[in-house]
Amino acid sequence: MATFKEFRNNVKPNWCPGCGDFSVQASIQRAAANIGLEPHQLAVISGIGCSGRISGYINAYGLHGIHGRALPIAQGVKLANRELTVIASGGDGDGFAIGMGHTVHAIRRNLDITYIVMDNQIYGLTKGQTSPRSAEGFKTKSTPEGSIESTLSPLEIALSAGATFVAQSFSSDLKQLTSLIEAGMQHKGFSLINVFSPCVTFNKVNTYDWFKEHIVNLEQFPEYDPSNRIAAMNKIMETGGMLTGLIYQDKNRKSYEDMAVGFGQEALAKQDLSLSREQFDKLVAEFK
Amino acid sequence: MISQLSWKIGGQQGEGVESTDRIFSTALNRLGYYLYGYRHFSSRIKGGHTNNKIRISTKPIRAISDDLDILVAFDQESIDLNAGELRAGGVVVADAKFSPTIPEGIEARLFAVPITAIAEELGTSLMKNMVASGASWALLGLPLEVFNKAVEEEFGRKGPAVVEKNVQAVKRGAEFVLEQAGGPLEQFKLESADGKQKLFMIGNEALGLGAIAAGCRLMSAYPITPASEIMEYLIKKLPKFGGTVVQTEDEIAAATMAIGANYAGVRTMTASAGPGLSLMMESIGLSGMTETPLVIVDTQRGGPSTGLPTKQEQSDINALIYGTHGEIPKVVLAPSTIEECFYDMVEAFNVAEVYQVPVIVATDLQLSLGKQSCEPLDYGRIRIERGKLQTGELPEREPNKLFPRYEFSEDGISPRVLPGAMNGIHHVTGVEHDQEGKPSESADNRRKMMEKRMGKLDSLRITDAVKADAPHEAPDLVVVAMGSTGGTVDEARLRLAQEGMAINHVTVRQLHPFPSDLLEPHLRKAKKVVVLENNATGQLANLIKMNVGCHDKIESLLKYDGTPFLPSEIEKACREMR
Ligand SMILES: Cc1ncc(C[n+]2csc(CCOP(=O)(O)OP(=O)(O)O)c2C)c(N)n1
Ligand code: SF4
Repeated sequence: MATFKEFRNNVKPNWCPGCGDFSVQASIQRAAANIGLEPHQLAVISGIGCSGRISGYINAYGLHGIHGRALPIAQGVKLANRELTVIASGGDGDGFAIGMGHTVHAIRRNLDITYIVMDNQIYGLTKGQTSPRSAEGFKTKSTPEGSIESTLSPLEIALSAGATFVAQSFSSDLKQLTSLIEAGMQHKGFSLINVFSPCVTFNKVNTYDWFKEHIVNLEQFPEYDPSNRIAAMNKIMETGGMLTGLIYQDKNRKSYEDMAVGFGQEALAKQDLSLSREQFDKLVAEFK
Repeated sequence: MISQLSWKIGGQQGEGVESTDRIFSTALNRLGYYLYGYRHFSSRIKGGHTNNKIRISTKPIRAISDDLDILVAFDQESIDLNAGELRAGGVVVADAKFSPTIPEGIEARLFAVPITAIAEELGTSLMKNMVASGASWALLGLPLEVFNKAVEEEFGRKGPAVVEKNVQAVKRGAEFVLEQAGGPLEQFKLESADGKQKLFMIGNEALGLGAIAAGCRLMSAYPITPASEIMEYLIKKLPKFGGTVVQTEDEIAAATMAIGANYAGVRTMTASAGPGLSLMMESIGLSGMTETPLVIVDTQRGGPSTGLPTKQEQSDINALIYGTHGEIPKVVLAPSTIEECFYDMVEAFNVAEVYQVPVIVATDLQLSLGKQSCEPLDYGRIRIERGKLQTGELPEREPNKLFPRYEFSEDGISPRVLPGAMNGIHHVTGVEHDQEGKPSESADNRRKMMEKRMGKLDSLRITDAVKADAPHEAPDLVVVAMGSTGGTVDEARLRLAQEGMAINHVTVRQLHPFPSDLLEPHLRKAKKVVVLENNATGQLANLIKMNVGCHDKIESLLKYDGTPFLPSEIEKACREMR
């Protein structure tokens, strides 16, 4: 069985020292090993941004695509080969600005993939502009007077879009993050894991210390029931979206692959492409 | 006896024009006639004038006719708008309900049939179309049983009572008109056809069928006119082969999902028209850069912006060839017949996989939506080629060595492996990368990678990349066209041949990379070259000038009013340009 070390490669990340994304990478590697995957059984599809580089730093199949489109690519991979474990990942700009349309629809579609967002409330790669996750009043290069747009709540959006798995974590909390990623990968449907992953270079407000101060860990509420969607929505709102842990899971809804008529359990990519003469004749006869 | 005839039905959208056309042509197809359909419709669902025209012939035809023999009209507007097309001796069959009149200056015989009244008498005005088609069928003197059979097929699933009512409607329409006309009209007596039922389909169906034959098992797409029929056909069929169609949230998702699925090893396509293609441009670049196969159909329609969404145009050529930022290898094909829609899809999937490039198959609205007779499709021509895809077991890699997915090679094409394979791990990125797919900014690597990718297609010539019907050594004219225009050119040519004019006809089927070597010999022979296309700027002509030259010989015949060329227009232009 593969250990987490086998999910490492020799590429040196070009992230700034201290960037939250390092821990997200480590958590993915640990989670993959913990659930018994071999590197070739995992595909990590990422968007563009500092965070998007993550697929190149994990020893697994990886595709680093275009800005905001990690999810549709990842869904295509899963449709083609449902035997693979598929992770999509990227930044908050990638998933909640340019790719927001895909995020909502990937949630609705509920293919069995895990979406990990490295949420640093800013655009890192383009050197510090506002993100939909930035707080109102947040000053960046593109909002010198402070952001005047409201902050987007991905957790609320996910729940209202019909998400079957919603979790949030903090890159410093490796243990929680790893176990949530494991749970997400094992969930039979779409899982969203939003991870507070500080940008130490451009975000001087939402720092490690700031997160430690503001985060509300769901462990504090032993009676919390993640299968209750209304309670989940309430908790998100009560905590101003700062809660971490497994927020909601619906274990009953079937995944897209399981519902699609004609879709078998075997990877479509492994099936024979050829059409028999009989099949061909039958298709053609319909046009007579 | 005549060998061909044109029939048109007009009314308000949603009034049964489509279904009447369907039953009428199904019956004609049963008799073995060659058919070529043309739909005039607007971008609305109910209301607004719409008409369908069918050309009926004992010989193969691939063009709309210049004029019209029979017009069936559900309202006066349909007469006013279309009677001008009627040839001398033409006939109008119209609903007596609106007291139809023939516009001044037009000579046509009018049969006012109580279409609505008969239908209502039989139970519902919905059967108007049956009364009307029964009447026009009777004027042709063709056997009623064949028509009734088609009616039965259309309504069979609604039960025998409904079938019987509709058969009655047909009969009553026929009886009424025959009494007025004193029997079938002599001038419409068609020679009998060969009795062999032809395949009868629209281009979009042929594209879908071709995709299945090519081994395509997934499609991701967003609805748009005139491409939607492809996804609608495939969603009915692909589940039977283990696949499916995903209706995505937009065309960016459609294209990127297709890239993901192709990367993971399933032949996957998407299809759209101008607006959707514009949204796909960045994704096409990703496919080119990562050398991931991708097949896209562009059913061209009137642009720009929303343009003329239900009308004919061939104006995406520049966008398809040049639309992506940066430089990638890319293939643009343009089938010109319904049969080619089928075979080209098979080839498109092979080219995409063998060369690891995006392939765009560009049709036009008339080719995609015009329903027409199709020659038998040859199962023997279906081949599936997957190029350098490695499917067997792979050797173990040395520590820290990845699968050389982008290895430099003689032909620029590298081995490809699918995710899931043991010992095949490599990276894929739209960032410039080294032979293992890892990001690289090295100038030396960049140069080599660009040369590798851009050189891959040097020798690519698809089957009949340039299709020529060029019998003349010293032609008066060489006509060059693409897409659905070819059939119209052939018809004009036949007529001009009778006047002794020698015309060679060349169809460009591979738009990119441009097959200059194949086109050049045809142009060299020509005194004059006419390039025909449905756009305002002569995009195909410019392509030829840029790649082949011959500027001084080339003249353009352009039509950009939303309608396809008519044979008479080409005939006249050729005569003038000679
Ligand atoms: C279509 C497109 N528009 C803009 C960009 C430039 N761009 C690259 S990454 C990025 C945003 C980065 O922010 P985020 O997604 O939050 O990721 P981070 O770098 O913070 O990890 C932008 C705007 C691009 N690559 N593509
Ligand atoms: S700029 Fe910010 S997000 Fe990007 S690598 Fe540096 S710390 Fe991380």
